[in-house]
Amino acid sequence: MNSIISYAHIKHNRVSVNGEIIFQSPDTLSLSEFLSEAYKTLAISYPKFHKMDLQCKLGFLCAEFAIKETDFLVVNDLAKTAIVLSNAASSLETDRMHQNSINDKTNYFPSPAVFVYTLPNITIGELAIKHKITGENAFFVTEGLDAGLLANYVNMLLSDATEAAIAGWVEVDGTNFEAFIFLAQKAENINKNCIFKPLNQSSVITIYNQTQWTH
Amino acid sequence: MIFTSYSNIISPLGFSTKENYEAVCSSQVAVKKMVFPFSKDPFCVAKINDQLIDQCFDALGSFNPATKLEKLSVLSINDVLIQSGIDTQDDRTLLIYSTTKGNIDILENRYKDIDAKRIYLPVFASYLQSHFKLKHAPLVLSNACISGILAIIIAKRFIEQGYYDNVLVCGGDILSEFTISGFKSFNAMSAEPSKPFDAKRTGINLGEAVATILITNKKELAQPYNAQIISGASANDANHISGPSRTGDGLFQCLEEIKTENKEEIGFISAHGTATPFNDEMESIAFDRAGLNTIPVNSLKGYYGHTLGAAGVLETILSLESMNHQRLIKSEGFETKGFSGNITMIDSHTNKSFTSFIKTASGFGGCNAAALFKKISN
Amino acid sequence: MDALIEKLKGQIIEQLNLAEVKPEEINPDSPLFGEGLGLDSIDALELIVLLEKHYGIKIQDPKDGKTIFQSLRTMAEYIQSQGKS
Repeated sequence: MNSIISYAHIKHNRVSVNGEIIFQSPDTLSLSEFLSEAYKTLAISYPKFHKMDLQCKLGFLCAEFAIKETDFLVVNDLAKTAIVLSNAASSLETDRMHQNSINDKTNYFPSPAVFVYTLPNITIGELAIKHKITGENAFFVTEGLDAGLLANYVNMLLSDATEAAIAGWVEVDGTNFEAFIFLAQKAENINKNCIFKPLNQSSVITIYNQTQWTH
Repeated sequence: MIFTSYSNIISPLGFSTKENYEAVCSSQVAVKKMVFPFSKDPFCVAKINDQLIDQCFDALGSFNPATKLEKLSVLSINDVLIQSGIDTQDDRTLLIYSTTKGNIDILENRYKDIDAKRIYLPVFASYLQSHFKLKHAPLVLSNACISGILAIIIAKRFIEQGYYDNVLVCGGDILSEFTISGFKSFNAMSAEPSKPFDAKRTGINLGEAVATILITNKKELAQPYNAQIISGASANDANHISGPSRTGDGLFQCLEEIKTENKEEIGFISAHGTATPFNDEMESIAFDRAGLNTIPVNSLKGYYGHTLGAAGVLETILSLESMNHQRLIKSEGFETKGFSGNITMIDSHTNKSFTSFIKTASGFGGCNAAALFKKISN
Repeated sequence: MDALIEKLKGQIIEQLNLAEVKPEEINPDSPLFGEGLGLDSIDALELIVLLEKHYGIKIQDPKDGKTIFQSLRTMAEYIQSQGKS
C-alpha cells in the first residue's frame, strides 16, 4: 500500500507540519516578510531562495518543512521521485508583474528574472534543483485542491517506475496564499518516525483539513 | 493497448491536419517577419489570420463572445469530435488541455465583453466544458514546453489505469506581447526564420497554434494512423530553471525509460529543436548518449516556430502523418551541423519504411519528456 | 570611481536579489561569474537590463557582456567610458 508519510500546510502566516502549527508570524506581516521569517527558522543557507518569486518561495518552504524531520531524501531513489503540484491561478501573480513591466512604453524594462517565473512548473524546478530530484513532473491547474486527482495520479506513477513523490498545492493570488504538500512513497521504502496514511483521496482530504487554524 | 485516433491542427498553414501535413510536405513555412504595435523591431513569428478564425468560428453557430484561444480550441476539438463521432457527455471521456499561458491576452485588456476571470485556466476549461457539454471538467496541464507531449503521456496513463476510454488532448497557445517581450528579454529570439540544429542558429521564432488528438483504448477508433503509444516518461534535469543540463541528463533519463529493444525499428526522432544554441546542443548530446546515433532527427519548429503548449501535440500529429505516409519530413532551417552530439539530421523529404518514432520535448523549469509511438503490427 | 562602485554594489544586490550578500563583502575585482558572487545566465541578462534602466546604456551584442561584466570594476569602467556615471 502506497503511503503518505509526512505533510506540511502553510496558510494565514502559519506553518503546520503533520497537523500541528510549528511556526507563526503576526498577521500584519506581508507574505514576503512571512516567508523570510519562515525561511530563517529552517536555518539553511540557500541564496537561490531570494531570487524565487513568492509562489516558488512558498512551495519551496512548504516542501522543506514536510521533508525536514523525515528520511525521505535518503530512503528514496531521487531519480525515481516525482514532483506533482497544482493550483488554480497558475503563475498569475508573477504574470501581473511581467505585464506591468511592459504596460508603460516610457518605462519599458521587462526582466528575464521575472519572466522565467511566469510558468507554474518552475516551482517544481526549484525543488528539483535543491535536492537533485530528477523523476516525473506534472503541474495541473484545477479549480480547488483536487485530492482525487493528486492521489490517483501519484498512485499511477507509483505503479510504474516512480518510487516516491512530493505532491500538493501551491498558490499565490493577490493577498491569498496557501501551500499544502505531502510526501508519498511505495510501502517498501520504510521511513522512520513518520505518519503512515494510505495514499488515497480520503486521506489527502483528511490531512488537508487536519490543522486547526486559530484564525 | 492505447491508440492514437483522429486529429486536428489549426495553424497559419491550415485549419486541418491534412492541410498542415500537405503544406509541410511542400516546404511551406508559417513563420514571417511582422511588425507589432508594441515594438519598432520586427519579429519573426507564425501568426494565424484573425479574420479567418472569426469566420470559421461564426460559421459554427451563434455563441457568446469568446477569446482567440477559445475560438481556436473550439474549432479544433470540434473537428476531432466530428471525425471520431465520440460522445462528449460520456462519463468515460475526458479532455486534457495543455497550455503555457492560456487566455493571456485578457491581461492586455483585449476584450471588453468577456469576463476577465477567464484568465484563470480552470475558468477557461469550464468554458470548454460548457461548450462541449463534457461530463468532467477538463484537466489543465501547464508544464512549460513539455505540456503537449506530457498531456498525451498522461492520457495514456489514465486510460491504462481504467479511468477513461477516450481522452481528447488539446494543446494551444497564442502569440502575445507578454510572451514576445519575455523571450526577447532572454535574448532567445531570432530576428530571422529559425534554424534548428544549424551551425548558424541564433534563437527561436514564436508561433501560435492549437492542435487536438484523440487518444483511445478502442481499436475501431485507431484511425487513420493505426498506431499506439508504447511508452512515455518525463524527468527533470535538476540543474537550472531556464537552461538545460549541458549533458542532457533529464532527456537522457526519459529516453532510457521509453527505450525499445529494437532501435533499428525507430524511423526517426521528432526533436524539440527550438533553435536556441543550448537546447539543440543538449538534445544532440542526449540522443548520442542514448545510442540513437543512426536514427534521423528533425525539428518542425523551422516550419511553425515554437508553439509552446501546442508544440508537443502538433508535432506528434505531424509525426504520425509522417509514419502513416512512410515519408520523413525535412528538418526545415537545417543546413550545416551545429552541435557536438553524433547524430543524423533529416535534410530532405525522404521516403522511408519504418514502424515507430520518438517524440521529445524540453522546457523551462528543467523538465523533459519523451514518448515512443509504433504502428500496430498486423 | 569608488562612489560609482559603491552605488553599483547596492544596485546589483537589489536587481539580482542577493539578499544574503552585504556590500562590504563584494570585492570589486573578484569575478562576478563562476566564483566570486557566482552569478548565472539569468543574472547576466539582468545586468544588461540594469545598465539600460539605471544608466541608459544599451548593449547591442550580449556577447560583449563577458568582458563588461567580468568584475564590478570593469562594469564601472565601462559605464564611465560611456560617459554615463
